[in-house]
Amino acid sequence: MALSRSGSNLLKPISPFFSCARAPSILSRSISSSNDSITVETSIPFTAHNCEPPSRSVTTSAAELRSFFRDMALMRRMEIAADSLYKAKLIRGFCHLYDGQEAVAVGMEAAITRKDCIITAYRDHCTFLSRGGNLVEVFAELMGRRAGMSNGKGGSMHFYRKEGGFYGGHGIVGAQVPLGCGLAFAQKYSKDENVTFAMYGDGAANQGQLFEALNIAALWDLPAILVCENNHYGMGTAEWRAAKSPAYYKRGDYVPGLKVDGMDAFAVKQACKFAKEHALKNGPIILEMDTYRYHGHSMSDPGSTYRTRDEISGVRQERDPIERIRKLLLSHEISTETELKDIEKEVRKEVDNAISKAKESEMPDPSELFTNVYVKGFGVEAYGADRKELRATLP
Amino acid sequence: MATLFQGVGAVTPFSASSSLDSNKLLLPSRKSLSISDSRGSIFVYRSDALNLKAATRKQDLLIPNAVATKGETSTSAKSGHELLLFEALREGLEEEMERDPRVCVMGEDVGHYGGSYKVTKGLAEKYGDLRVLDTPIAENSFTGMGIGAAMTGLRPIVEGMNMGFLLLAFNQISNNCGMLHYTSGGQFTIPIVIRGPGGVGRQLGAEHSQRLESYFQSIPGIQMVACSTPYNAKGLMKAAIRSENPVILFEHVLLYNLKERIPDEEYVLSLEEAEMVRPGEHITILTYSRMRYHVMQAAKTLVNKGYDPEVIDIRSLKPFDLYTIGCSVKKTHRVLIVEECMRTGGIGASLTAAITENFHDYLDAPIVCLSSQDVPTPYAGTLEEWTVVQPAQIVSAVEQLCQ
Repeated sequence: MALSRSGSNLLKPISPFFSCARAPSILSRSISSSNDSITVETSIPFTAHNCEPPSRSVTTSAAELRSFFRDMALMRRMEIAADSLYKAKLIRGFCHLYDGQEAVAVGMEAAITRKDCIITAYRDHCTFLSRGGNLVEVFAELMGRRAGMSNGKGGSMHFYRKEGGFYGGHGIVGAQVPLGCGLAFAQKYSKDENVTFAMYGDGAANQGQLFEALNIAALWDLPAILVCENNHYGMGTAEWRAAKSPAYYKRGDYVPGLKVDGMDAFAVKQACKFAKEHALKNGPIILEMDTYRYHGHSMSDPGSTYRTRDEISGVRQERDPIERIRKLLLSHEISTETELKDIEKEVRKEVDNAISKAKESEMPDPSELFTNVYVKGFGVEAYGADRKELRATLP
Repeated sequence: MATLFQGVGAVTPFSASSSLDSNKLLLPSRKSLSISDSRGSIFVYRSDALNLKAATRKQDLLIPNAVATKGETSTSAKSGHELLLFEALREGLEEEMERDPRVCVMGEDVGHYGGSYKVTKGLAEKYGDLRVLDTPIAENSFTGMGIGAAMTGLRPIVEGMNMGFLLLAFNQISNNCGMLHYTSGGQFTIPIVIRGPGGVGRQLGAEHSQRLESYFQSIPGIQMVACSTPYNAKGLMKAAIRSENPVILFEHVLLYNLKERIPDEEYVLSLEEAEMVRPGEHITILTYSRMRYHVMQAAKTLVNKGYDPEVIDIRSLKPFDLYTIGCSVKKTHRVLIVEECMRTGGIGASLTAAITENFHDYLDAPIVCLSSQDVPTPYAGTLEEWTVVQPAQIVSAVEQLCQ
């Protein structure tokens, strides 16, 4: 009934992909030289609202294909390792994992520069990585160590990277969208021809502040791109139970929208490129990425009480983003099966090394309780809970 | 109300020759500033023991006069220009917008309309629509946008048409504005100023007479200041814009038409300092914003009855200027707090706790805190009068304390 209905929707995009793989005439063969361009077709055509959709053909290269594979394998392995660390109680609190959605992070990064800004919610581990973060910082922050990018004071939901143009990492659902429109406003103010991707989920799509921010962005012509990562479940509530109109790309009304297969990294890349050009000329645009998360909402959610295991394994078999790239690499004869397996082994070792390095980092010093509260403090005395052991003057 | 308390501020500026290096503005004020330095073109006025001693000596010689500082506004009174408080705010804002192209203003009706209290009048014509932005009525999102813009280095000033409307943006102010510097490990600074009028006005009704100082005071990472005279309004506005921390500047609806003479030279006040309004010996009265004027009115009566109250306008609501307050408590040993905030969990409650913790040994009597009643502000004029502290109540509280 309910679950099967959504299940069938999720499995839909499979057939065009297979037809694409079995019809080699559409794909040009390459002799696996890195710089030759390859043309790939996206799994399904884009659905557009109030705009002309971009073409299905995406130019790429062998090098890009290989880097997509490696990056996504790294992200996948990182998230699985975070899962085991959480179960071993080295990561506490909330941990929201991104496996299954890697194509969105990787495809977006391929279409933009580091000067463009990305801001997202709490499912931010992989986006941080794609913006130039490194694994040791990730694991150290997750375990609350000083080597983390926020010095261990942020946690899983507060990853930031200023040099990479990654503005976080926010815990409150929907609050990052007005922030993202503010980033776009600053870009328009300084006239530097960059855009902001403000990402949110299907759960946050029902927040009022999103529409407020969209209204202002459209009024002031801000280069803001709102990206809805629709993984069809807002925590434990399926999208059709939360939204009267689950066509999130249409909800902007006067703002154009594009629906994209979020499990296909090339579709994401094409859509983001298109969106960037559009936003710089015509103001905001909404991208809806149709994607899926294999884990539950967070580590405390098994993920199987509101959806069937068959659905999860079905999507994993038919739409997995890494498998798609693997098939492309093999069919274009860019890499062999063993090469890909070696990459995965290498990635696994890299993640393990990063974890052990992160474990060596120490916990933050108690005096760090009071650092960075203000930019410059005022000699105000601040105390720890017992008022005796921990006393500091705000630095 | 308009011209009643002209020149009441004891913080008379020194003449143009005493000035301070602008770099010193950023350092903790009490340790490094020295008024006798003469460098640069901006000076920071700070009220300190220097001024205090001079005034008290004078006090012993003169017949007690409530507005004791009238005689001190001698040389600089003729220089300077007279203006109303909202014009002082506008002057400060305009000077900062001129000085730094990253400063922009966003709020409802701030642009073409000129601001509902005329604070931003004329700025949109001068600086254009991209720097003085009219927003739709969406406090949550435009405050969030201001914070997002501040993360990249812009210095926005977000105006709430009435402070009460900022409750809609509480999530953005608390979680993003206050905490981003900490949770990002120092990567992002949020140099935003959030300002607006609050407080009980003339029969504006319950929802438009809110005092939000008490709600915002526990947010870590923000600073709060309250202005009360044209002189400190301009100085605090400029200091808030120049500060790297998020600052909430509380103005009061009824104080916008106060007239005062302020100096022609550029000056910036310190955000963490309290103002000595009237030095005295018998009791310390701590107040801020509009209640300062009720206290000064009560002080007139008190002086005629023979008391000598020391009135301090605390100005900085977060963090408290415990240095000035402490020096005063050590001198008078009695404290009365007069505020417009609610009794429960208001600024007075925190101030009472802070003073008791730090200066308990110096107190001869328990601290008395006069605050507004814990009721929604009624519409009827007589009832509204009784929700806020009146001068008569201040007088009787002082008499009781000083027994």
